[in-house]
Amino acid sequence: MINRIRMVLSGSGGQGVITAAIILAEAAVIYEGLNATQAQSYGAAARGGATRSDIIISDQEINFPEVTQPNILVCLTQEAYNTYSSIIRPGGTLLTDKRFVQLTSKVDAKQIELPMYETVMEKIGKPVVFNICVLGALIGITEVLKPQSVMAAVADRVPKDFLTMNNRAFDLGLVLGGQFRR
Amino acid sequence: MPKNIRFVQGNEACVEGALYAGLDFYAGYPITPSTEIAELLSERLPERGGKFIQMEDEIASMCAIIGASLTGKKVMTATSGPGFSLKQEAIGYACMAEIPCVIANVQRGGPSTGNPTHVSQGDINQARWGTHGDHSIIALTASNHQDVFKMTVDAFNMAETYRTPVVLLFDEVVGHMREKLIVPEKGELEIVDRLRTSVAKDVDYHPYLPREDGRLPMSDFGGEHRYNVTGLFHDMWGFPSNNPKIVSGLLRHLVDKIDNNVQAITRYKEHCLEGAEYILVSYGSSARSAIHLAQNRRSKGEKIGVLELQSLWPFPVELVKEKCAGAKAVLVVEMNMGQVLTQVKAAVKNPDRVFLANRIDGKLITPSDIKQLLRVIQGRGV
Repeated sequence: MINRIRMVLSGSGGQGVITAAIILAEAAVIYEGLNATQAQSYGAAARGGATRSDIIISDQEINFPEVTQPNILVCLTQEAYNTYSSIIRPGGTLLTDKRFVQLTSKVDAKQIELPMYETVMEKIGKPVVFNICVLGALIGITEVLKPQSVMAAVADRVPKDFLTMNNRAFDLGLVLGGQFRR
Repeated sequence: MPKNIRFVQGNEACVEGALYAGLDFYAGYPITPSTEIAELLSERLPERGGKFIQMEDEIASMCAIIGASLTGKKVMTATSGPGFSLKQEAIGYACMAEIPCVIANVQRGGPSTGNPTHVSQGDINQARWGTHGDHSIIALTASNHQDVFKMTVDAFNMAETYRTPVVLLFDEVVGHMREKLIVPEKGELEIVDRLRTSVAKDVDYHPYLPREDGRLPMSDFGGEHRYNVTGLFHDMWGFPSNNPKIVSGLLRHLVDKIDNNVQAITRYKEHCLEGAEYILVSYGSSARSAIHLAQNRRSKGEKIGVLELQSLWPFPVELVKEKCAGAKAVLVVEMNMGQVLTQVKAAVKNPDRVFLANRIDGKLITPSDIKQLLRVIQGRGV
């Protein structure tokens, strides 16, 4: 595994982008003994506004917490895609959801479009777990962390009654992403 | 894996540090980017029998913690620039009446309401001279969550040791970003408790009569002794006095008790500093970028090091002078117009070889921002 992974998760407020980012970084720190930082652009606008969260995971010390060129970029809205697709590190991975993003240009990266939202709505019917499905897909594709580490971090943050639903969403994502394992 | 491992915001690390140090009482008025401190303490303090109170404003919050401290509690408030301005009068009162208290200022862009959700380090001088009149003050800072915790504990310890307000100067980036924190076990870090008087009940207690070692034992206000507390110059009973000897004696004491202990108060870290030709002096979140750059350039053979300051007031003049003595150039990396730069220039032998690498647009200064300036100074073009 590379010793430093830089990720940017982007989308719009309310999609759970920040929560997903926190869960991912927390899983790395608590359940895999790695170092991780999670930072976010923070403004007056939250719901509906563009959001971005930077995550760095490493087995070494992390100082500068911002990501300039992500290895892994997730864009969950067209606006996020238009804004950030160009910053991806050459050879990196770009993950988008067909329902929200239409790819307009080719970048020097592996571009993966997955029907995450559609799958969640079809199989679970609750858009609230969309972000957890995205996390599953991300892990399925990149294998950055062990799925059980991320699930344990989800369990720490999600109310007990909703855990089964979140587990299902994660598994759906894992399967979707698994087809594109790097 | 240590069981106390956490993944938290810097503000939460501050809360954990405060609770570890024995915080009993918090009064505050929430303000971005410090709000999480109040939010978390509103839950955590009552759980362990402490008191949390949201006051009507920052002035009242500061006054409330002063009162609570006098009754024997370990106290704290948290704020950001605009609130820090409002607290200044009462901070001066705490300096004068020698009341231990901790004020966390999670800095955002100023002046005025400024740039609420973005980072800045513009309150360094305000921490020193925000309140009027000659006085000294202690201000600590940190660049990562483990150090936020440690500096918060140190702040409470120093407040008790020197009977003074201590300012924690954090910033939005450190306050809001999340990273690992390992909460130390009980007993791992030293905790300084309130020095209480041994004078028995109903025996005359002089609140401002120093012991042989210069320290002033306190008596919980409202408890066993009656005494006066004032913001006026005062005698050993705490009663107002304009006797020239008392006035000058007290003022010297207020300054000397801190300035004569610079060495004991100084907190710093070195990164790649040995044999460094170019030294980056930095603190808080901007130090993260400086360290990133230094480690990166070191691996390429460039002799760049970082002196990370964790105590800004009293300014560690001798330390900066000594560490920077052999440097070809010194860059002060900060997010203001050069507040620590001025101090560094005054401390070193060659002030004309001290430069400012700053950013003042609400964005975290980046390693490449620093690198660009460094290249110019090194004569390697732009």
